[in-house]
Amino acid sequence: MNDTELSLTREPGADARRPLALTPGEDLRGYLLAHLGRAVLFGMTFSSVLAVLLILLFVILRSFSFLSGYSIVEFLARRDWRPTADSPVFGSLAIIVGSLYVSFAALVFAVPLGILAAVFLSDILSWKARNLIKPMVEILAAIPSVAYGFFAVLVLAPWMQKHLGLTTGTNALNASLILAIMALPTIISVAEDSISAIGRELREASYSCGATRMETVIKVVIPAAHSGIIAAVVLGMMRAIGETMVVWMASGNATQIPQPWWDVSQSIRTMTATIAGEMGEAPEGSEHRGALFALGVLLLILTFGLNIVSEYFLSRAKKATGKA
Amino acid sequence: MSQESQDMQTTADHIKKSDVRTTVAVTPRKAPADTPADEACECAVIRSENFCLYYGSKTGVKNITMDIYPCSVTAIIGPSGCGKSTFLRSINRMNDLIPHVRTEGRLEVDGHHIYDKRTNLVNLRQQVGMVFQKPNPFPKSIFDNVAYGPRLQGIRRKDELQHIVEQSLRGGALWEEVKDDLNKSALALSGGQQQRLCIARALATRPRVLLMDEPCSALDPIATAKIEDLMGQLQGTYTIVIVTHNMQQAARVSERAAFFCLGELIEYDYTSRIFSNPKKKETEDYVTGRFG
Repeated sequence: MNDTELSLTREPGADARRPLALTPGEDLRGYLLAHLGRAVLFGMTFSSVLAVLLILLFVILRSFSFLSGYSIVEFLARRDWRPTADSPVFGSLAIIVGSLYVSFAALVFAVPLGILAAVFLSDILSWKARNLIKPMVEILAAIPSVAYGFFAVLVLAPWMQKHLGLTTGTNALNASLILAIMALPTIISVAEDSISAIGRELREASYSCGATRMETVIKVVIPAAHSGIIAAVVLGMMRAIGETMVVWMASGNATQIPQPWWDVSQSIRTMTATIAGEMGEAPEGSEHRGALFALGVLLLILTFGLNIVSEYFLSRAKKATGKA
Repeated sequence: MSQESQDMQTTADHIKKSDVRTTVAVTPRKAPADTPADEACECAVIRSENFCLYYGSKTGVKNITMDIYPCSVTAIIGPSGCGKSTFLRSINRMNDLIPHVRTEGRLEVDGHHIYDKRTNLVNLRQQVGMVFQKPNPFPKSIFDNVAYGPRLQGIRRKDELQHIVEQSLRGGALWEEVKDDLNKSALALSGGQQQRLCIARALATRPRVLLMDEPCSALDPIATAKIEDLMGQLQGTYTIVIVTHNMQQAARVSERAAFFCLGELIEYDYTSRIFSNPKKKETEDYVTGRFG
């Protein structure tokens, strides 16, 4: 109390008697501190970039011996994967297709559901209810994937065998349903963000032209938010394609392409599950291990590509809402 | 243009000659005997009787009683937060989008109490169009922006839509500037052009009333002059209600003006009287710049 009174009653201009110029010592200290701080922060940031680059380099290098010794065409185009046979065959087509198959099937379930849920959260629920429910949806992303896997194997698989009359409960349908649930929080959250970012102005413009709420959502809000919604879908797909534990437990791990292609009751196998499942059995330096690393390279290319696509659409979404 | 200035001249004469004191009363104003041309237009389109609007426990506007007459510009002026925009947005029920809004009293458009449960909101909003403070074109082409309302009305035929778009853009004084690139994105237009596009979009639903909520506050003086010109041209056909912070603008464009303060209607009269000879002290203080 006394201090503030003192400082208030101090003679104006008293501080002006303090020197404005830095002494050489102060100058040097400031210079060193600033640069030290910058260097530390730079190092920390760069280490994560370095980690990505090193992982990429490591995986590519480890697959190199295999890719140089084995026919790439055979690796990509053959659909039989027999790593432990007397004359091993590493045809990964069925495995690549399996990965894409469950991811797209998951999207078929998750995209309509996710977008509808996002619209419901942003445009129909009250703000209060939205703030309560959205975090709950996001909690879905925090459940460990092995828990989803348990659910797939112990609940969903027997249920499907019993009620749908399938020979095996661990199949493409099971895996993609669980992947869909796992991709949902990502899709809902990102899509809801981009739909909410379309401001009240556009909605009011639409209502003032005599549009109903449904017309406003379908004709104005979703088209205006389409970049963000596409980004949400791509991020959801990334989540599905990179997921390992659930597909390993739920997909049945049969190296085959479903025949006919729409028969989701057949078992399949994905790249992630193959790598996770066989890495322990493939001896160091063997052709088998190299083949698994080659699968890893493919997986990295896929997820990097999807990441670039989603970044592109997210930046477009940001630009669009920044302008409007 | 000459037609327009003639109109303005007539209005000025009319104001000078009329010696009947306009009151804020609910009863239709008696038209001065020497202005027969105006008589056809004298029954109010919008009639507000003790209209109150609350945001939860907060009062937006209270006890607004005023009649708004057709084929003229009515300005609503007043300090910030006085409920001007709230009242304007009540007229096409835009406030419905805000949670916990409650109304009392009557607000009639064409004799129908629009806060009645059985109000067709789609028809109401098509008859009472709105232009907002910030230009808010849809991120679509110019054509699709203007055709939005008509398409909602179920008009699908290309030639009919083209006709409506052209008429509306002409009405919005934008046709000459954009007629060659109707497929360009509306976001590529300048701010003033965007606002005129929004006016054209509102005209496309063929409204009777046009509500304008500070339509020039985001625009530079040149664009503002264009919009004001446009209001002069439109007032023969449309009933325009404009909320504005700019008193010169209210004086330039409006025939009647209402002064709002703290959610209440203080005074409503011919604009010339509001500015030259206000009856209430608050109005005088505001228009002379002593307050607000």
